[in-house]
Amino acid sequence: MIGAGVTPALEGTCRVLSGCGFPAPGTQSFEFSPMFSLAGYEVTKPVFLLVLSTAAIAALVIVAFRRPALVPRGLQNAMEVYYDFIRIGIARDVIGRDGERFAPYLGTLFLFVFLLNFLEIVPGAQFPVTSKIAFPAVLSALTWLIFNYLGVRRHGFFGYLKHVAVPSGLPKPLYLLITPIEFVSTIIIRPFTLAVRLFANMFAGHLLLLIFTLGTTYLLVPRIQGIFAVVSFGMTFVLTGFELLIQFLQAYIITLLTATYIAGALDSEH
Amino acid sequence: MIVLAAETQNPLVPPLSELIIGLVCFLGLFWLLAKTAWPAINRTLAERTDAIEGGIARAEQAQAEAKATLERYRGQLAEARHEAARLREEATIQGAAIIAEMREQAQEEARRIIAAAHAQIEAERVAAVASLRAEIGTMATELASRIVGEALADSDRQRRVVDRFLAELESGAAEPVSTGGPGSGS
Repeated sequence: MIGAGVTPALEGTCRVLSGCGFPAPGTQSFEFSPMFSLAGYEVTKPVFLLVLSTAAIAALVIVAFRRPALVPRGLQNAMEVYYDFIRIGIARDVIGRDGERFAPYLGTLFLFVFLLNFLEIVPGAQFPVTSKIAFPAVLSALTWLIFNYLGVRRHGFFGYLKHVAVPSGLPKPLYLLITPIEFVSTIIIRPFTLAVRLFANMFAGHLLLLIFTLGTTYLLVPRIQGIFAVVSFGMTFVLTGFELLIQFLQAYIITLLTATYIAGALDSEH
Repeated sequence: MIVLAAETQNPLVPPLSELIIGLVCFLGLFWLLAKTAWPAINRTLAERTDAIEGGIARAEQAQAEAKATLERYRGQLAEARHEAARLREEATIQGAAIIAEMREQAQEEARRIIAAAHAQIEAERVAAVASLRAEIGTMATELASRIVGEALADSDRQRRVVDRFLAELESGAAEPVSTGGPGSGS
């Protein structure tokens, strides 16, 4: 029962005024029993969706740029607009001309995160894979590795530490305060905030949608009070639109922050 | 058992299996796209930039050429106009010179004709004077001989002779009538 998360209310066993409480969604809504087992690995819904999405993105991008025409049309055109948005709007604007070489990574990152977020409102899937913290954690760990690697390569190991923790041009006593703060925030806290920001947004968004969808079912009784079910139902529409915005925004933010961190590590000033 | 295990899951603690599958999926996707799609699109975008910039350069060149040709044609046109004006002016001057020359010639001719006429008149007059002189001499001699031929004392006869002479002159009978001897004149 708990495995599918949303089953109690969807099965319609519990209604308002019938004496049982609202089957509120919670952390159990993010836990799934395995759908099937593949070579000893038990595939759950998020993992299944993840693999499916990965394949879909690969197919989409490869088909779009399979035979790139000088004058683009259709899918190639659309994907080019997307790629230019990443290449110009993020890579070049944040990192500089030199940053265009990161466009493939950032382009993959945005598509990956956005599609995994977007599954939240795709009928049939209706689960944001990024609300499982493992996936944001992986992405943020990769970002951490990349920007630290680039920083060390650019400035040398100690040079990079100095670059991170000892900003120039401050009064000497302030370094006692600034250096630990800078070091901790850049090297230690950054990957956590990056992962948790994405995870928590999608987690909360999914909970919100669950509350109103479950609430609609729960409140749907053949009485005057059934009017609240209509309100709840309306809210799911409003929140679906809102969530679409959040999904895009979170994908954009993790891509933009990755670019910003890379830019910060490559920055030769300070 | 699985359900029980899931119930104890903390949403903030990632299970290792999910970390691995997530890493594999993302890196696999990135690797695949970095091998195939992204280089293709980067190449295409670069080619397109080249094509567009090349097109702009070619268009600029063509425009410059057209401008140069236009300038050349304009220059030629101005030159031709100038030439035409010059020719017209020359023709006007020449025309005026020709007219002046003709007029001069005509006046010359007129003067020449007048002068010829004067000369002829003069010649005729001279001839007339000469012939008159000769005739008058003859007539005077004849008259004198006649007078002498008559009796000079007889005034009546004298008068008659003169009258007759004059009448003969008048009647056109210019031939003098011999009335006396050669010694009776003057």
